[in-house]
Amino acid sequence: MDKFLTFTIVGLSLAAIYAVIASGLVLTFTTTGIFNFAHGAAGMLAAFTYWQLRFEWGWPVPVCLVLILGVMAPLFGVLLEVVVMRGLRGTTDTVKLVVSISLLLFMIGLAQLIWPPGVSRPMSKFFQTSTPINLGPTTITWHQAITIMVAIVAAIGLRLVLTRFRFGIAMRAAVDDPSLSALNGARPNRISMLAWALGTALAALGGILIAPNVTLDAPSLSLLIVSAYAAAIFGRLRSLPLTFLGAIVLGLTEGYLTGYLPQNQYLPGLRIASPALLLFLVLLVLPNPRLRGRMTRSREFFPMPSIRGTLVFGGVVIVGGVVLATTLSTPDQLTYGRLFPIGIIALSLVPLVGFAGQISLCQLSFAGIGGLVMAHLGHGGDPVALIWAVLISAAVGALIALPALRLSGIYLALGTAAFATILDRWIFTLPKFSVFGWFNVDLFTQGSINVDPLTAFGKTFNSAASQIVIGAIFFALVAFLVVMIRRGRLGRRLIAMKDSEAACATLGMNLFGTKLLVFSISAGIAGLGGALYAMQLTSIQSGNFDLVNSLQVFALSVVGGIGAVGGALFAGISLYVVLPVIGVLFPTVVRWVGLLPGATGIGLGRDPNGAVSQMRDGFAPLAGSPSSLLVMTLTLAALYGIRLIDAIDNWTFVGGLVIVPLVASVIATVSAASKERMLAQLEDAPDRTPMEWIGIDRPWTTEDLATLDLALGTSELELHGPA
Amino acid sequence: MALLEVSEVTVRFGGNVALDDVHLGAEPGIVTGLIGPNGAGKTTLFNVITGLLPPNVGKVTIDGRNVNRLSPTKRARCGMARTFQRLELFSLLSVRENIRVAADVHKGWARDGSNPAEVVEEIIERVGLTAVADARVDSLPTGQCRLVELGRCLATKPKVMLLDEPASGQSEAETVIFAELLQSLAAGGMAVVLVEHDVALVMNVCARVNVLDFGRIIASGTPSEIQNDQAVLSAYLGTGS
Repeated sequence: MDKFLTFTIVGLSLAAIYAVIASGLVLTFTTTGIFNFAHGAAGMLAAFTYWQLRFEWGWPVPVCLVLILGVMAPLFGVLLEVVVMRGLRGTTDTVKLVVSISLLLFMIGLAQLIWPPGVSRPMSKFFQTSTPINLGPTTITWHQAITIMVAIVAAIGLRLVLTRFRFGIAMRAAVDDPSLSALNGARPNRISMLAWALGTALAALGGILIAPNVTLDAPSLSLLIVSAYAAAIFGRLRSLPLTFLGAIVLGLTEGYLTGYLPQNQYLPGLRIASPALLLFLVLLVLPNPRLRGRMTRSREFFPMPSIRGTLVFGGVVIVGGVVLATTLSTPDQLTYGRLFPIGIIALSLVPLVGFAGQISLCQLSFAGIGGLVMAHLGHGGDPVALIWAVLISAAVGALIALPALRLSGIYLALGTAAFATILDRWIFTLPKFSVFGWFNVDLFTQGSINVDPLTAFGKTFNSAASQIVIGAIFFALVAFLVVMIRRGRLGRRLIAMKDSEAACATLGMNLFGTKLLVFSISAGIAGLGGALYAMQLTSIQSGNFDLVNSLQVFALSVVGGIGAVGGALFAGISLYVVLPVIGVLFPTVVRWVGLLPGATGIGLGRDPNGAVSQMRDGFAPLAGSPSSLLVMTLTLAALYGIRLIDAIDNWTFVGGLVIVPLVASVIATVSAASKERMLAQLEDAPDRTPMEWIGIDRPWTTEDLATLDLALGTSELELHGPA
Repeated sequence: MALLEVSEVTVRFGGNVALDDVHLGAEPGIVTGLIGPNGAGKTTLFNVITGLLPPNVGKVTIDGRNVNRLSPTKRARCGMARTFQRLELFSLLSVRENIRVAADVHKGWARDGSNPAEVVEEIIERVGLTAVADARVDSLPTGQCRLVELGRCLATKPKVMLLDEPASGQSEAETVIFAELLQSLAAGGMAVVLVEHDVALVMNVCARVNVLDFGRIIASGTPSEIQNDQAVLSAYLGTGS
């Protein structure tokens, strides 16, 4: 009984923290319609700030609390609302998601910049030294008591604010019908600013309360708080009472699992993953939404890729791979070579997110499965294992399609994030186990497992250079496959489904089968990428495939342009070429590099078609000018030649690679423009005089009068009478 | 028994009764009209028939088969197709691709040996979209978008076609051509149900007309019967008293 009570209290104090955080999330979601993935990260930043003020600088507790909860957090919330969130009205779910995920990445980067990881930052609990309160059969610590009290006060306070105060009522009105409440004199901007201020303060409160129980680590703290999201889902992101109930269920489950889970090596991960597991289950039992038609008109447009263009693209990728393999030193090859496998994993998002409009935040998990298959079945570099990697990942991907039939948008994002978390925290950490006595599985043997390099055609591709070329070839092949999907029957069907599921269903399309197929294809591609990635790393651990990595790849692919294969290459290049290069070129800012992936995504709301489509538009004149194209290719080849004989170093070479296409493109643009001008002059050579200058620059003619009459719909005769 | 039979359908949204004990039948070979003021429940009825909205009470049968428990997809495969009042086109695809999606889906489950590409060309010709076949539907005027939706329906080779305000957004000249098209489709043996505000069009092409008002069928009969029906006149024009 004592034990039961003790763990009830443990569970309730966890529940209290979840409730506080989740209610802040519900508040911002309902008032602005944006699910803030970075909500937990705000709590994380608050926890770090509290540590800084209280324990590093030794400020008194009340000052710290008032400063953080009363000033800094609300201001930060307002800043987020004004600078980032306000620009997102009327954008698609994917764009909103990417922006808030980027914000999460940015905030993790920021925390690691200010408080470098790897340093122990202990935080004591509130009234740690006071004797626990005696409750008869058990005791409750002051920290636990305070936490539970805070949640109760927050619940009552929110209730009062939302029902009694003018601004709370306005907030509820804004949820029901924003335009109507605006017509009635409410100011939506002010309301959402207040909601974000209050929501962020609640996140900060939760962060400060939970931090003493765990290690102060930016990514894990930001995502640990993801658990609180499960509570918000209980309330379907709308109802605060149900959210509190959900928090209690979650907290107690975790508490009792701590107390009563049998002590063996398989289950500790289960306890850590339990909120994600519950989140996944809750999402599965949510009532089936009605099929709906289009909610918002998307601003996205991805033109049909041509086969010729794709072949050129693939050729350039392979040539690029060869250039990297022949010009870089081995350590550099190890760094930059990852761009291709990561690019393939990003490619897996193109059919899924770009064409079909589904969302998956667990692509690296599929990649992890592919990598594990390669490690276990690919002894001696057996190429057949690559096929297994694809097939097994695809099969697991099909599992994820089950919730996808019922979920869309933000719910699907959360479901896949929960899946990734379950894999990260539990499945990938499992020690050796046996499956019904048939065979033994030992995923990541001692935390990491070796992967043999590919052997084919009697040759082992174990050098970093050969791995790069293989990666480039696979990337080009998969890109071609994706383009063929887009051009074919399946591609049309996926795009149709993205546009209107209701229309597809009434035409007799099997939505479930279609989703199953696209999730399997996508997971299979990610599995292939993972297998290649694993070979390149030569030894993999579960950390290579965690949720944060998935989020980065997802965000950058969307920034690059998720509807086209170029976007995937953009993601790979950004993560494994641009970021390391910046670090090498500007060593002083190397610590700031962590902010970049997030920072690029935050500005996405402006152009949902992505960076690659802008770049393509910029280079369009080049494609129309064979002579400039030829000169450019020859110059690049010559550059490569003199690099190979070591006449120039890599930096000069890279500089040339960047400058030559730019110059060529500028020349092509200028010459195209001048050609256009010449054509225009040829056509209308006789008369380019503006109407108002006729009679001044040159005398009026009868043709001028006729033109004027035609434009005005008059006739000479009516105006002037017979001549 | 009619090809499409709706009986005793009642739908409530909270306390609001959107459809109240509605009966409706559609016979092959004719166009059946469904008219009524805005908010009468016409689109709601289409949603019930196609399975997008489960009714509180009532039954929908097609060819004598009860389809109440079937999903929209399954119902479509029973030979049901519809257009949408608020246009549900695949806006990122061209006219041809829009219709091709439907033709491919049909071919996928029916396996009737038809060639989807040919089917699509025939339909484009028939509904008169040849000139804009390669245009993205986003760039078309509403009237033509409605024709694309109609073409998409035809590609599923339906027995029953439910058209939700297909002529709104069409010019007068387009409407004349459209009326001929509707009649030729019905003459081919299809049951067509037409929801439309253009009363002249309805009276011209429909063999039977049903009038829906505040969720109830207040009259049904031939166009001339409907035009002289007192209840209909008062629903549309209001009573003097």
